[in-house]
Amino acid sequence: MSWTWFHKLASPPHAYRILGRMAPWFGWAALALILLATWWGLVKAPADYQQGDGFRILYVHAPSAWMSMFTYVVMAVAAGVGLIWRIKLAHGAAAACAPIGASFTFLALATGSIWGKPMWGTWWVWDARLTSELLLLFLYLGYMALRASFDDPQRADRASAVLALVGVINVPIIHYSVEWWSTLHQPASVTKFDKPSIEIAMLIPLFIMIAGFQLYFGWAISRRLRGEILRRERNAKWLEEAA
Amino acid sequence: MKRSPTFEAAKLVFVRDLTLAWRRWDEVAQPLIFYVVVTTMFPLATTPDMSQLREIGGGVVWVAALLASLLALESLLRADVDDGTMEQWVLSGQPLGWLLLAKVAAHWVLTGLPLVIMSPIVGTGLGLPTEAWGVLMLSLLLGTGTLSMIGGIGAGLTVGVRRGSVLLSLLVLPLVMPLLIFGSRAVQMQMDGDSPAGPLQLLAAIFFMALSLGPVAMSAAVRIGVES
Repeated sequence: MSWTWFHKLASPPHAYRILGRMAPWFGWAALALILLATWWGLVKAPADYQQGDGFRILYVHAPSAWMSMFTYVVMAVAAGVGLIWRIKLAHGAAAACAPIGASFTFLALATGSIWGKPMWGTWWVWDARLTSELLLLFLYLGYMALRASFDDPQRADRASAVLALVGVINVPIIHYSVEWWSTLHQPASVTKFDKPSIEIAMLIPLFIMIAGFQLYFGWAISRRLRGEILRRERNAKWLEEAA
Repeated sequence: MKRSPTFEAAKLVFVRDLTLAWRRWDEVAQPLIFYVVVTTMFPLATTPDMSQLREIGGGVVWVAALLASLLALESLLRADVDDGTMEQWVLSGQPLGWLLLAKVAAHWVLTGLPLVIMSPIVGTGLGLPTEAWGVLMLSLLLGTGTLSMIGGIGAGLTVGVRRGSVLLSLLVLPLVMPLLIFGSRAVQMQMDGDSPAGPLQLLAAIFFMALSLGPVAMSAAVRIGVES
């Protein structure tokens, strides 16, 4: 089997073209699925017997929480690939991931807090999941701050790649330590509220929404990576020819 | 018995760092003073009531210790990178990870260990009973060791950066939150009469993981800082 197609992916002009071709597909598919899931989740799915209509924010909260961790792993893998095989494009992908992941994390925190107001009676509770999302946001912010503080893009790439790898080893430790901390401090009734055995009619729109979010991530990363390529290759000849 | 050259080189680095620090002992003392000053702020800001302070005492000592050793980390590599010593180490042919491990060990002896020794005195001021001293010191012993190693990675990443100290805190603090959780809980559990073995073992596990993987990451970080 020939691997040329794979190696070609690492070449900026080729990747630029492919990403440009893929982005609209991701974008329209994401839009369709998110609209479908929104309608399904807000209109068709039954209200929760305990939480009423308030639970429906779950359809934004859970997918963004999932995507916030998924994006971090993607970022770390891309950074590792960039560091090991010295592929500039992989570093570009890692750089493109960070703001997307931070936005998902912020969205998860904001929706979690809005959900918490009617359910817990306060905007913020030191709940295990919210706290580990908050720490994840700090990790994203640190990553972006480190990247921004280098003038030389290649050093920024490699330094932030090391940080992403150290971070991804730490993420499960942070997650489980926070979980452990929270179960010691809180009565179980609050956390139990968070994961009731969910009905299948409520679950279908959630899965559609997660798929929609994944596709949205595909769209966003294609667009951002194209931007990264343009910024990094701004003096390259192929761009002149393409323009 | 003939010792390996790597061990000899690492020993030289360790002794050199201790000697240099001895000549500028006032700089070594600064984080320690900071540690005491920060813990003094909590009774002033909250309450002088010992029974209430006891509730948060373990956590306060831990937060102050983390901040104090973070303060000391900024100077860990800067002088050596600025005067080219680090470049020589990279070129020396010795495994850089071992040399850096020796450097981190010296740094821990100078900043982590004094914090550990000082902690019962500081803890007493916050109402921690004598029974909690042992657990407090043991948890800090494991915690500051891990912190020096993780902080070393952060110091390596930020050494080539302007205004690196704020950035260093931003990078390192989220990574060491588990230490804070386990450390202060261990003290709390001891005071509540529970066995603190669980969190202490977790602290030890994290310490050994940092000890084994840390030098690899730190040498990668230092190489990036030096090579360009």
